[in-house]
This record gives sequence, C-alpha cells and structure tokens, in this order.
Amino acid sequence: MEIFSQMLQLLFSGLTIGAIYALIAVGFVIIYNVTGILNFAQGEFAMFGALISISLVKANLPLWLAIILSIVIVAAIGAVFERTAIHTARKSSMTTLIIITIGVSIAFRGIAILIWGTQAQTLPPFTDNTPIEFLEAVLLPQNLWAIGLSIVILIVMMYFFNYTFTGKSLTACVVNPFAARLMGINPNKMSLLAVVVSAGLGALAGTVIAPISGASYDMGMMLGIKAFVAAVVGGLTNAPAAIAGAFLIGIIEAFTEGLWSSGLKDVVSFSLLLLILFIKPEGLFAKASGKRV
Amino acid sequence: MLKLLENGCKEAATMNKKNLKLIYNNSLVGPGIFFALLFCLPLVGSNYTLAIFTMIGFYALVCIGLTMLTGYAGQISLGHAAFYGIGAYTSAYMTATVGLSPWLAIVVGALISALVALLIGIPTFKLKGYYLALATLGFGIIVYTAFKELSSITGGSNGFFGIPSISLFGFEFMTDQSYFYLIWLFVFMALIFSRNIIHSRVGRGLRSIEGSEIAADAVGVNLMKYKLQIFVISAIFTSISGSLLAHYVSFINPDLFTANTSIYLLIMVIIGGSTNIWGAIVGSATYVLLGELLKHYVPVILPNVGGEFEIVFFGLLLVLTLIYMPNGLVPQFMKIAGKLHKKERSTPIAFSIDTRATGGKTND
Amino acid sequence: MTNNELILRVENLTKVFGGVVAVDNVSFTINRGEIFAVIGPNGAGKTTLFNMITGVLPSSSGNVYFQGKRLTRKKPYQIAQAGITRTFQNLEVFDNMTVIENVMTGAHISMKTNILTAGLRLPTVVKEEVRIMERALQCLKDVGITEFAYEMSDKLPYGSQRLLEIARAAISKPQLILLDEPMAGLNAEESRQLVEVILKMRAEGMTFLFVEHDMETVMSISDRLVVVDNGVKIGEGTPEEIYKNPKVVAAYLGDDEAEEGVAYA
Repeated sequence: MEIFSQMLQLLFSGLTIGAIYALIAVGFVIIYNVTGILNFAQGEFAMFGALISISLVKANLPLWLAIILSIVIVAAIGAVFERTAIHTARKSSMTTLIIITIGVSIAFRGIAILIWGTQAQTLPPFTDNTPIEFLEAVLLPQNLWAIGLSIVILIVMMYFFNYTFTGKSLTACVVNPFAARLMGINPNKMSLLAVVVSAGLGALAGTVIAPISGASYDMGMMLGIKAFVAAVVGGLTNAPAAIAGAFLIGIIEAFTEGLWSSGLKDVVSFSLLLLILFIKPEGLFAKASGKRV
Repeated sequence: MLKLLENGCKEAATMNKKNLKLIYNNSLVGPGIFFALLFCLPLVGSNYTLAIFTMIGFYALVCIGLTMLTGYAGQISLGHAAFYGIGAYTSAYMTATVGLSPWLAIVVGALISALVALLIGIPTFKLKGYYLALATLGFGIIVYTAFKELSSITGGSNGFFGIPSISLFGFEFMTDQSYFYLIWLFVFMALIFSRNIIHSRVGRGLRSIEGSEIAADAVGVNLMKYKLQIFVISAIFTSISGSLLAHYVSFINPDLFTANTSIYLLIMVIIGGSTNIWGAIVGSATYVLLGELLKHYVPVILPNVGGEFEIVFFGLLLVLTLIYMPNGLVPQFMKIAGKLHKKERSTPIAFSIDTRATGGKTND
Repeated sequence: MTNNELILRVENLTKVFGGVVAVDNVSFTINRGEIFAVIGPNGAGKTTLFNMITGVLPSSSGNVYFQGKRLTRKKPYQIAQAGITRTFQNLEVFDNMTVIENVMTGAHISMKTNILTAGLRLPTVVKEEVRIMERALQCLKDVGITEFAYEMSDKLPYGSQRLLEIARAAISKPQLILLDEPMAGLNAEESRQLVEVILKMRAEGMTFLFVEHDMETVMSISDRLVVVDNGVKIGEGTPEEIYKNPKVVAAYLGDDEAEEGVAYA
C-alpha cells in the first residue's frame, strides 16, 4: 500500500505541474497558430503573473482581487509586447521575430530582477492549505486548485474557440488568412488578441503555481521550455493535444524526480522532445492536417 | 607559335581572375592588416586588456560559425554552449585524466561535436520551419545536465580542476600572451575559411535560398545538405574554441555552458551582424566590452542590483537592435560609411525586410 | 533543324485536386531541337501541366520520360540534375545577388566545389570559379545583357531580368529549357529581343518547351504545339495544322460566338 500511496502522491504532483504547463502551452499554441511565431517569452507571462500578484497582496489587496488584477496587468503587458515588438517587426523574417521574442524574454527577466530582486517569494495559497489525506497520499488543496482551475479554463477556451464568433475568427486566421480578411476579420487584431489571451493564460498559471513552488525572476524560462515540449508533443498546432502532452510531461517529470533523481527530470523531458522531433514531428496525437510542420 | 598561344591563355586566365575580383573580395590584405594591428596589443596593452581581448577571441571563434549558421543558412541555434562545453570537457578529460596529447583531444572533441550536430541536424532539417531552435534548446539543457551529473568524468558541479596547458613543437603555452596569439590565430584561420565558403558555389547556393527558394530548387541547390554542413562546421569551430578555453583557464565548470550562454552567443552574432563574417568579431567585442563597462559602472549607479543587470541590458539591446538596426553593427556601419561594395552585396538572409516592396538593399 | 530524336515524352499525365480534374490524360512528345508550345484558354490546365513536368507538383497518374529516364514525380533539383532547366512567369531572379552571380548560380549543378574544398580555396576551386565566371559572361553576352553584369539583379529592367533568367537557365548546358509564359509583361521591343535569343539558341541546338498566352509569338516561332482546354488535349501539331483544327477554333472563339448569336436573336 505504501508504494501505491507514493505513486498516487507523485501522480498528484505530476498533474499539478502538468496543469501549469498546459495553461502556458495552450497560450504558446494559440500564438503559433495565429502568427506562426515561436514565442520564447511565453514563460515570462507566468513569471509576471506570479510576482505581480505577490506584490499586490503585499499591498494589502485581497488575494482574489490581486490574482485577477495581476492577470489583467499581464494581459496588458502582452498587448504592449505585441504592439511594440511583434507588430512593428511583422514584415521581418520569421527568424528575426523568433529572436525578438528571445530578446524580450531576457529583458523581461532583467526587469523582474530590477523590481523584485533575485530572492524567491511566495504567494499565499488560495484557500486554507491543510493537507488532505486521500488513500494514504497527501494532497494539498492548492494542487486541487491548480488542476481544477486549469481544467475549467481550458474548457472555457475550447468553448471560446469552437463556439464563439471571435474564437472562430481566430481559428479562421490560421486556416486561411486571406479568406479571413475577405470576411472582414483583421489579422492584426487577431494577432493582438492571440497574444493577450495567451499572456492571461500564462499569468493564471503563474499565480496558481506560486503558492506551491514559489516565484522568482527566473521561473519563467524553465516553465516556458517545458510548455514548448508539451506543445511539440501535441504537434504544435493542436491545443487539446498540447494539454494532453503537458499532463504527460508533468507526470513523467514527477515520477522521474520521485523515483530516480531530480537532476534527471529535465533530461527526461528534453529527451522526449528530441525523440518526438525525430520520430514523430507531427506530435503524438496528430490529426491528419499537420499544417505547419 | 605554341608558346604564344600558351601565353595568351595564361593571360586570359589572369584576366579572368581579375574579373573574379570584381565580384568577390578574397584579398588577404584586409584581414592581414587587422590581425597585424591586433597582434600588437600584447606589446602595448595591460594584462587586463589582454585578458579581455583573449576572451573576445574565444567568443569570436564560436561566433564565426554561428554567424554562418544564422546569417547564411538562416537557422537559429539555442544550444551552441553545448558544443563549447563538449570541446572543453573532452579536452579536460582526455588530457588530465587519460593523458592524451592536447591536440588529439581537440580533434576528438571536434569529432564528437560534429557527430552530435549530425545526429540532431539530420532529423531536424527535414522539418520545415524553426524546429532547430527548439531542438538545440532541449539538447543544450540535456548536455548541461550531463556535465553536472556525470561527476566521475566531469567533476560535476564542483568543476574540473587541473587541466594542463597545451604545447606545440615543444613550446608550452603558459602565459596569457601566448594564449592570446593562439586563439586569434585560430580566429584568423576560421575567418578566412568561412569567407572562402561564402565566396564560392556553396555560398551562392546558400544565398540563393533566400533570394528565391523556388528558383534555388529549380537550379539544383540541395538545401538540406548545406544547412547540415554549416551546422556541423559551426559545431566544430565552437568545440575547438571550447577545447582551447579549457587549456587557457585550466578550470571549468558546467555553469560556463548554460542555456544563457547559448543565448548570449546568439546576441553577439545578431548585434555584430549575422550577414557579415566580421560581425562575429564585432559582436563578441561589443558583448565583452559592454559587459565589463556594466560590471564597473552599474554598481555605482544602482547599488542594489547584482551582476544580473547584464541580462536586462542585453535583452533590451537585442530587441532594440532587431527593430531599429536589424542588420547589425557591421553592415550598418558599412552603409553609413558609404562604402560601395560592388563585389559583395547580399541581403541578410535572416533579416531582410521585404525588399521587393521597399526596393531597399543593404550592402554587405 | 529538328532531327526527330525524341527527347521528352509525356504520357497520360493527370492531376486531380479533390474533385477537380485539372489535367486529364494529356500525352505528347517533343523532339530535340524543337520549339514546342503548350497553349490553351485561361484555366485550361497549362500551368498545372507545366508544374508537373518541372517537379513542383506531383502528378496523380501518368508519366514523364526524359531521354529515356523516368522523371515522374521527381523533385525540382533532380529534374535539374537530369538536364532540364526553367524560367519563371513571375520572375524568380536571385535579387540578393549581382547579375553575374545569378548566372553562376545557374551552373550550380555542374560544379564540383564542396564546402571543404571551398573553405580551403584549393587551386581547383579557383580554376572552376574562373571557368564558370567565363561561361557566365558568355551567356550574358549571348542574351545581350553584358553591360549589367556587376549590377544587383533587381535593378535591371523587367525585360532584362527575363533575359537573365534565360542566361541562368542556359549556363548549365541543359538538354531542355522550359519557359513559363516568357512573354508575360514584356513590351514589343523586349519581346522581339527575347524571340531573337530563343531562335538563336535553337539554331545552336537547344530544345524549348514553353507555355504561353501570346498567340502571335507562339504561332510564329513554334515548330509544334499542343492545345489543352479544360485539362484535355484537343489538338497537337504544327501551327498550320492547329489553325485549321475546328476543336481549337471552337475552344478559343466558337462558344462565345454561339452565345453572342443567341443574345442577338
């Protein structure tokens, strides 16, 4: 029974971090689908979400308000990022645009150091965080928040993309930008919307994970990279698959760390990335379209 | 009579070699002057200056390969620090632990790096788009973790001590001065080698892909093969630099070869200008010199900030460069100086703003 | 002038896009030294047919044989290796290079320099470069644009860029040059110059296949042609034979006239 509870413990950790990766990965996929850009600054939205909410809480705002405000602020940062860096350079080659996002991610990190320094900080958990015992495994309520919120938001996203006009317009831009234009959909506006939504998703992920593993200026890079791996596992164009990939990676990481060594958990994730790229670049769950590969 | 014909042919041949000079500048005079001046540095500069310029040399050797990859093959690598580290650790291990000759160790390191580059490149270049960026990022982190975890070979996080010095024909490279000359000699060779590639059939092949991919295809240019070859060559240059670094500093640790290092290498290439091979040297120099300036003056102005201020500065610098000076320092400088290079004009492969629309051109 | 040696054989070439049959079982042959044209009304499938022969588009069924070798569904660079080069309707000049470099790049396939020998700049490499440059200058002379040799290629007038593409296509000494609407966008003088170049090259033994709209040029310089309409071949033969072919006349004129007749009735 002990092994079982240990497994269960690891599973919960895996699902938790997987939920975080999922939120960031979906944002990554949205931006890639609408603009074709690999946004290397994706993880930094999570970082800002976490740190900004911490500052707001320190300024005596109630937690729920701090979180919502933080998401809004990060979405605004995303908008500024899109208008200044991406929109002005939109005629440049894709290589340039990707490197711009790399530069922005570094700049964001640096700005974070200037504002918050290098010390890690924590956000209070959303609810009373007394551990729950479940089948002899210990589960923190915050983990449940992470998994639950992510799933809810992701379902909302699915609804948004498939059933609302704006959402379907975003999808239309991917499928056929020219036709989209003819229908009156403005790809520039869509690009802005894509980045804003992705930034918001990232910020949410940051606030949710902050009570569990803390927040610091460099948390964005690893989160972002793992989210990329999740997206690639899902085939880079397929949001539900990216989500599945994210949970998969989260679980694999948790088990590697728990059963083997924590130093190796990165190796396992990235080896998976390389394996997918080499053997099945359309992703594990690819549908027939496989557009941008 | 035959002699006359022969002389006539020879004359035609030299005439045509002269014609070749109309399109390509392969003269050794420019590089010669630059390196002659550079080699005077140890005689006039302080030890501090010497150390800085030696470091610039190590980065320059790496960046020459990376510039070709980014500017001519149009690919982004976010994992070149891994090749740097492979070269360094291979040399360290082979010379200190196994007792091989340093030069042999350098070759082994280069071979390993080349092999790894092939293993990553072959599947990745088959895919369209920018998968190399992701693949090299992941690969870089795997290698970094390997350096930390395989402590019996690498010394782990504590680092690798006691790397012996390198020697050539009995002359042992011990002083800073000697390493300065050594690394810049390699930079010189790499520079000429790369320039020769760019001014050849291979260079035209690579540039044609940016000029018109469909016509390049129709003319028979094998895109994948060249991308792969340039990737391998850049890995080899980087590995050699890492090997020489190991002998120079005699102590290395994994934190010299992180993902951040790879990103800084890319920044050097972009700021210097990815479409001109001299950009590698200018970019490395800019990075190192600016870094030193920051180290000295930032603590004075902003005492709370640690050394990480570099990050925000270079990140912002990169973004601003890409938006306002996308071709980098060297091409921009040449444009300003009004030099009309009738010999070599190529639009940056990675950074051309749509020239058909604006008609604008940058000189190389 | 033609010696009746079969150089290109297109056999039952078909292309289906979803439900649309763009090219339907088209067959024809080209002899060495011929100027051969593919014509037809707009949307007839000429471009699709052309793209299948040049390797840009994979065929759905059928075959293409060149000098006995099967070229069906091969990639463009393999087609170049087989000895077929082409020009482009929408000018695909390498605009980041000078004119002479453009032509030299056309010889890419015939050169042996690889990355290692190039890096070391061996004497054989220099010799080959000089040789190709000489050849390139000659090609530029043949098409009449030598004065632009060291200019950036996108600075040339439109007609000269078209001639540049021909020089680039010719330098590798191909067996067959494919021209994609070569007269498109040219004024009368430029068209005349282009025709002159093509005829001169044909006199030296070159074979041409071209797709074209400009009926006057086609009828005046082609040795033989094939007419496609709605993806189907409706005529093949010499210009005189085609003029008299009722199906061809109907395709270009007939239907419209019939409708006009109805309107006036």
